[in-house]
Amino acid sequence: MSPFLFWIFALMTLIFGAGVVINRNPVASALSLVVSFLGLAALFMSLDAFFVGIIQVLVYAGAVMVLFLFIIMLLNLQTEERRRINGLAAAGGIGVALILLVQICFVIGHFQAARQTFPPLARSTTDDVWNIGALLFSNYNLPFQIIGVLVLVATIGVVLLSKRQPR
Amino acid sequence: MAVTVPRPRLNWRERLYLPAIVAGLAITFKHFKNMLLGRTKVTMQYPEQKWDSSLPDHYRGAPALVRDEDGRVRCVACQLCEFICPPRAIKIISGEIPSADRFAKVEKFPEAFDIDMIRCIFCGMCEEVCPEQAIFLRKDYAITGFTRADMVHHKEKLLEIGGVMHGVVLKWNEKK
Amino acid sequence: MDFFFIITSLLKIVGILFVVILPMVSYAVYAERRVSAFIQDRLGPNRVGPAGLFQPIADMFKLLLKEDFTPRAANTFYYWLAPCLAVMPAIITIAVVPFGSTLFGVPMVIADVNVGILFVFAIASLGVYGIVIGGWASNSKYPFLGGIRSSAQMLSYELSLGLAVVPVFMVVGNLRLTSVVLYQIGHGWFIAPFVGDWMNPWKWLLAVPMLISFFVFMIAVFAETNRLPFDLPEAEQELAGGYNTEYSSMKFALYFLGEYAAMITGSAVIVTLFFGGWHFPGIPDGSHGWIFGLINIAVFFTKVAAVIFVFMWVRWTLPRFRYDQLMRLGWLFFFEIALVNIFLVAAILPYSSRL
Repeated sequence: MSPFLFWIFALMTLIFGAGVVINRNPVASALSLVVSFLGLAALFMSLDAFFVGIIQVLVYAGAVMVLFLFIIMLLNLQTEERRRINGLAAAGGIGVALILLVQICFVIGHFQAARQTFPPLARSTTDDVWNIGALLFSNYNLPFQIIGVLVLVATIGVVLLSKRQPR
Repeated sequence: MAVTVPRPRLNWRERLYLPAIVAGLAITFKHFKNMLLGRTKVTMQYPEQKWDSSLPDHYRGAPALVRDEDGRVRCVACQLCEFICPPRAIKIISGEIPSADRFAKVEKFPEAFDIDMIRCIFCGMCEEVCPEQAIFLRKDYAITGFTRADMVHHKEKLLEIGGVMHGVVLKWNEKK
Repeated sequence: MDFFFIITSLLKIVGILFVVILPMVSYAVYAERRVSAFIQDRLGPNRVGPAGLFQPIADMFKLLLKEDFTPRAANTFYYWLAPCLAVMPAIITIAVVPFGSTLFGVPMVIADVNVGILFVFAIASLGVYGIVIGGWASNSKYPFLGGIRSSAQMLSYELSLGLAVVPVFMVVGNLRLTSVVLYQIGHGWFIAPFVGDWMNPWKWLLAVPMLISFFVFMIAVFAETNRLPFDLPEAEQELAGGYNTEYSSMKFALYFLGEYAAMITGSAVIVTLFFGGWHFPGIPDGSHGWIFGLINIAVFFTKVAAVIFVFMWVRWTLPRFRYDQLMRLGWLFFFEIALVNIFLVAAILPYSSRL
């Protein structure tokens, strides 16, 4: 993939990621997050990780954020839009973000491996879907099954909690 | 008072709903197929096919003035139709027939006879009330115009629609 | 080689979009009106051109010339964005569907990615945004209710949609849509395995869960495209038109375009997965001459048209579900059927490959 496309999608991810925080309207924030996810998915695909990229879109942009929007729209958060920006809090937030940025730069700067340029990735010859499937069902079979049971338990719990009480 | 409508208890076959859905699909497909094969009778394709030939005799279309066999406008401008008209669509300005005329005995004739076809409700009362049998409801039904003024039928138009009516009223003829 | 690839891809995109999909969308609207009329013993639009065939053009002019009205209380940016979001996913999805074999040695699929069906699901799941944002940005209660309904409905039926196709990919062993078609050429269509080793009884046994899977998938596609038994987001009688109530002119038309484009891509996916894609018994693929390549494309779109007819036929037969019925059907019926179906296929699969 050309660096040109990388920059487009990286900037898209970052700008809309910032949009999530900056937007006063909750729905606009949620939608910015969706676009940010799409940019992230594109970045994954540029690494030939089609499966991860598509799952990113399918699960986060397609399902989770729709649920988020569903809830936000039902709540009708009008007050959020009218609230004035607290200057002190905004300055504090920006300060913390800057400190974090400096810290990350510092850490990466001292990490030897991060300073080298990676050799260009070889064009993948195997199917990434196949690889993920094979790994999940061989090396990571037990954790995979445990996660399955965990999710099942959570689902049953939700069904039980949301079930109407018999009068 | 609230009435509880008992829900029908369905057996397991009915509760699957599949037979009912398939039956419904079969019915709609039968209609589709019959239409495709031209077996279904459909509505008349109006501008190409007209129903003029099958109009009943008592059909009430556009009102029109008629002439008699001598070419005289039968209307004597008595204004009864103007009074009876429920939507007040008719407007008559009467004129006098000069004494030298062959029909001087009639005395009056309509100088202007306007029927506003936007107002007309095709009730036929004008025809019913007319003592001279001068106004008739014809079978014209496609009355159109681009402006409101177009929709007012003047005397010429009314006579054009009406044509000539023979017989019936003879009292204005000279005595034999 | 790279340049050649770019040029052919562009030609395919332009060709498939402007020569096939968009005319197909507009004629799907015309076909819908004609089919509904025929089912109800009427004639439908038959005035503009021979048998009313120019009706879509007349409709387009009418919609373009109408006043484009934006309500004052609407959230303007999102109000304008929403119709575009409704059309885009439906059209993007067609990129991974193989609509023909080869033409002059060029494979007739725009992007043959190895996650084909997942791509379809991912992009189709973005289609809900057009409706939800449209409903929300209109700032009016009926569109809003339509949007809310649509988001819940689409999420629920995406599950059955995804689970219903798992058997297909268990048999094929690959998520690539082209390999699904190639498998069906070798072993017969999933719905009717006539080609290949059709004497194998296990193959016919496999057709049973495939049939179930096909029905669940088809019904889920009905729900995803908001077609009639499941058109609750735009229930005219309850919501005054649903999410598109406040829209007018070309924005309203875009919603319709989106719905029909989604229907076409849904049909294309159904044809690819269950009806052998561009394959028809006895017709060789495009490597035997370009004329066969064209015939293959024609076969594919004929099949798509047939599936679209079924969509319309069902729409004008069945009444709308109530909302709780819809949810119960999705979660307590189709979801389970699709799950059990996967186990059924898994049980049959080892035997069918052995013989």
